[in-house]
Amino acid sequence: MSFLANANSISWLIGGPQGSGVDSAANIFAKTCAKEGFHIFGKREFYSNIKGEHSYFTIRISEKPVSSQLEEINMLVSFDAETVFRHADKVSPSGVIIYDSSLAETVLDEVPSIDFQANKRIGKLLEDSGQPLNLSGMLELAKARGCIVYGLPYYEMIEAVAKKMNDPKLSKLSRVVNVMAISASISLLGIKKDMLISAIQEVFGSKPKLVTSNIEAAEYAYSYIGTKFDTKNIKNKITPKDVLKDYVLISGSQAAAIGKILGGCRFQTYYPITPASDESEFLESNQIIDQVDGKNGSVVVVQTEDEIAAITMAIGASLTGVRTATATSGPGFSLMAEALGWAGMNEVPLVVTMYQRAGPSTGLPTRHEQSDLLFAINAGHGDFPKIVLASGDIEEAFYDSIKVFNFAEIYQLPVIHLLDKAISSSIQTCKRFSNDLKIERGKFKSVIDKNQSEGTAGHFQRFKLEDSPISMRVPIGTENAIFWNTGDEHTEEGHISEDPENRNKMMDKRMKKLDLALEKIAENDKAICYDFESDSKNVVISWGSTKGAILEALEKLSEEGSKLRFIQVRLLHPFPTETVKKFLTDAKLVIDVEMNYSSQLGSLVQQNTGKEIDYKIVKYNGRPMSTTEIYIALKSILSGNNERRIVLDGGT
Amino acid sequence: MAELKLADYKTTVHNDWCPGCGDFGILSAIQMALSEMQIPRHKAVIFSGIGCSGKTPHFINVYGIHTLHGRVLPFAQGAKIANPDLEIIAVGGDGDGLGIGAGHFVGAGRKNVDIPYLIFNNEVYGLTKGQASPTLRLGEKTKSLVTPNTNNSVNPIALAFVSGFTFIARSYSYDVKHLKDTIKRAITHKGLAFVDVLQPCPTYDDIHTREWFQGKNKPDSEKAVPRIYKIEEAGYDGVIREESEVNGKMSKILEFSSEWGDKIPIGIFYQNELIPSYHERIAENIKDYFARPPSHQEISDIENKPAARIDKILDKLQIN
Repeated sequence: MSFLANANSISWLIGGPQGSGVDSAANIFAKTCAKEGFHIFGKREFYSNIKGEHSYFTIRISEKPVSSQLEEINMLVSFDAETVFRHADKVSPSGVIIYDSSLAETVLDEVPSIDFQANKRIGKLLEDSGQPLNLSGMLELAKARGCIVYGLPYYEMIEAVAKKMNDPKLSKLSRVVNVMAISASISLLGIKKDMLISAIQEVFGSKPKLVTSNIEAAEYAYSYIGTKFDTKNIKNKITPKDVLKDYVLISGSQAAAIGKILGGCRFQTYYPITPASDESEFLESNQIIDQVDGKNGSVVVVQTEDEIAAITMAIGASLTGVRTATATSGPGFSLMAEALGWAGMNEVPLVVTMYQRAGPSTGLPTRHEQSDLLFAINAGHGDFPKIVLASGDIEEAFYDSIKVFNFAEIYQLPVIHLLDKAISSSIQTCKRFSNDLKIERGKFKSVIDKNQSEGTAGHFQRFKLEDSPISMRVPIGTENAIFWNTGDEHTEEGHISEDPENRNKMMDKRMKKLDLALEKIAENDKAICYDFESDSKNVVISWGSTKGAILEALEKLSEEGSKLRFIQVRLLHPFPTETVKKFLTDAKLVIDVEMNYSSQLGSLVQQNTGKEIDYKIVKYNGRPMSTTEIYIALKSILSGNNERRIVLDGGT
Repeated sequence: MAELKLADYKTTVHNDWCPGCGDFGILSAIQMALSEMQIPRHKAVIFSGIGCSGKTPHFINVYGIHTLHGRVLPFAQGAKIANPDLEIIAVGGDGDGLGIGAGHFVGAGRKNVDIPYLIFNNEVYGLTKGQASPTLRLGEKTKSLVTPNTNNSVNPIALAFVSGFTFIARSYSYDVKHLKDTIKRAITHKGLAFVDVLQPCPTYDDIHTREWFQGKNKPDSEKAVPRIYKIEEAGYDGVIREESEVNGKMSKILEFSSEWGDKIPIGIFYQNELIPSYHERIAENIKDYFARPPSHQEISDIENKPAARIDKILDKLQIN
């Protein structure tokens, strides 16, 4: 089945052993296509492994903005056998496979990194179609479907380049094979060589020797295709579009880190964990901050001994008045639960950037899931206020990274910014981010007049009970403003109190901040309704990174005449009941789409709005939902399929 | 500025420690140290963990942050890294710092953030009714234990040394003057300072009581000979002036750390300011860290516009 594959959209995949340059090759390819004028969406998949296991990168290039991946592949680029074994069956009938011709006779059983389950699956596929259990068998199967295969003798090609460059070491290193592979694909796609050369220069810019050898290799492979093959019958040739002006090619973790810098985060803690560490590392490599006033700012990034230290150190820093965050993933977040309550109890602004991955326990540590929603909302013992906001894509991750600090300071509480692996390690062409944003610090002072200090003995009432549930906040170290903090219930000054009356007042004060947040937070930050210019009563509801895949599927359905509405819930806690209710009032059919087993948003919607979820589309195999599979699932629901819960299983 | 008196460092909060508790001596010593050093009240912040010792900040009239069980060190380090101008003192119990918080004890040693850390060491979990703490020795049976202690004890002095603390001392809660002087030295030390404060728990530790420390209950002698002795009076100097002295001191520190029973050493075992503090390590990468630490930075202008510019970072990611 061919999906969304029009003349100007290509789904491309490169694979190879981890550590062999798959990522940099994919980045060069993405940059090349973006320079040519195409929009990009790229998704990275890798094992919890340093070297040797299979990793791959899918990139969609399109004349229109794209924000999701497809199930099918139009062009498969490989330089090892495993990539062909694992992905060749996903290549579309008119698609292309580039492979190493010297590996044609590689036997399935001889590829040790293909695990037992995958081996069995691939073996069965070959056996059922009467093909030999080797790479040629895989290719024959693809050819039978109409795929075009290009065998490249990489070794000989590298030898030739080495000879030309008079550098015998090059052939031994075979480092350039990844670039040769993408260069061949770029040549087949009809994209100009200049773009590729300048992309290589950018990626390897700091290493002149690598630039030269990679450009030589790229040029060789590019013309090799032209001279050795007849490429006229390739249906995948795409037309260059206008230049993408003011666009960046960026990953989710980079977007979040840059948002933090602009948003005034000057202290971040972390303990290494996939997929959250990328953000902290990016932040640290940009620790000196340019400022409008010409001075330099800086962000101190601290690697701690564990996640408990990460969050408690961040809270300690926040008490000094600095905007502070910590970034983690599920296992680390589990450890942070107790301290989250301390921040809630002491009304400390704090941002926890939570990059979800597949749980429970270690789960699938490098794979994707959205299964920490209910945990994020309920983390920590006792009742205390917190805000949970989920971004739907890379661009939202940037703008939300600023908003979460505003929320944290305005409402003086911990904010959990929910992101996930599908956002953090994907790349996308985004309109260059705007600087034009507001930093709102709420009730915050760093100078207190001596006559103004209140309480006994001139102490500052940090938790003053008054009409507003939010009290004036000052950094520790402020003159005339001494106060205390304690995880115990406390008085207005912050001393321990077990008095029942005080307890009620303080609980009310803290919890009322949630009502205030619901009242003040902008509607667009609560939930967004995409109606596709129709008043359809069929509604898809979801949250987080499924956004792109859903929107594209709905667009396709809309073109086909099946209109659906999409509600993207962004504020998950406090739950924007009224907003969601409003969007659901006239709903006939409610379909919940989520990357988890138990439809966690579905339960929240039901619990808060009383609206029943009619259909659930879920996925928990660790691979993000593709537009293709959402489209198919929705189509089957619309055509009267009575299955109430559809489990998606796409992905390799 | 008017001179700050000892009374200025005291709050009126009702103190609910047991009568005769060693904590009182430690509280007084902290207040005296602050007063003698004339540390402005708003510049000082006492961070504490959980337990009887955790209540300490509420009795001191400076900023007080009573944190979570075992987590006092990361809280305190976060504040000190964000604002190195603050005079931060971390306090906690032995269960707090060497049991549930032992990972942070080691982690803090590696960082060498410029704070003093006092452990109120009384061998029991007092507030939860006297269970064995990590410093109670194997086979000892304090009042509320059902059976003699089945865990061996941790050696705080040795642990501090191997973890990288750059100031290691011990004092005794009933020798307030010695304790106060030790705290002052710990505050002035550039780097992470550990003070192990021996402290009887009159309610739950019926073995190492005040009388025991005074040597009154030694069966073999008529006259009480205090068990505690001062290492400086015995001619020891723990200050490292050259890197080459460290190895020689190491064996002495370990020797002191395992002395117990009839002779218990107190004093400054080790002080090494040759090791850069965490702040100095940050300043290697962020040159103006001390002038503009995280807490001092303006992040927005009067119109609430961000102070930061992200253009250079975005330029690198720009497509054309």
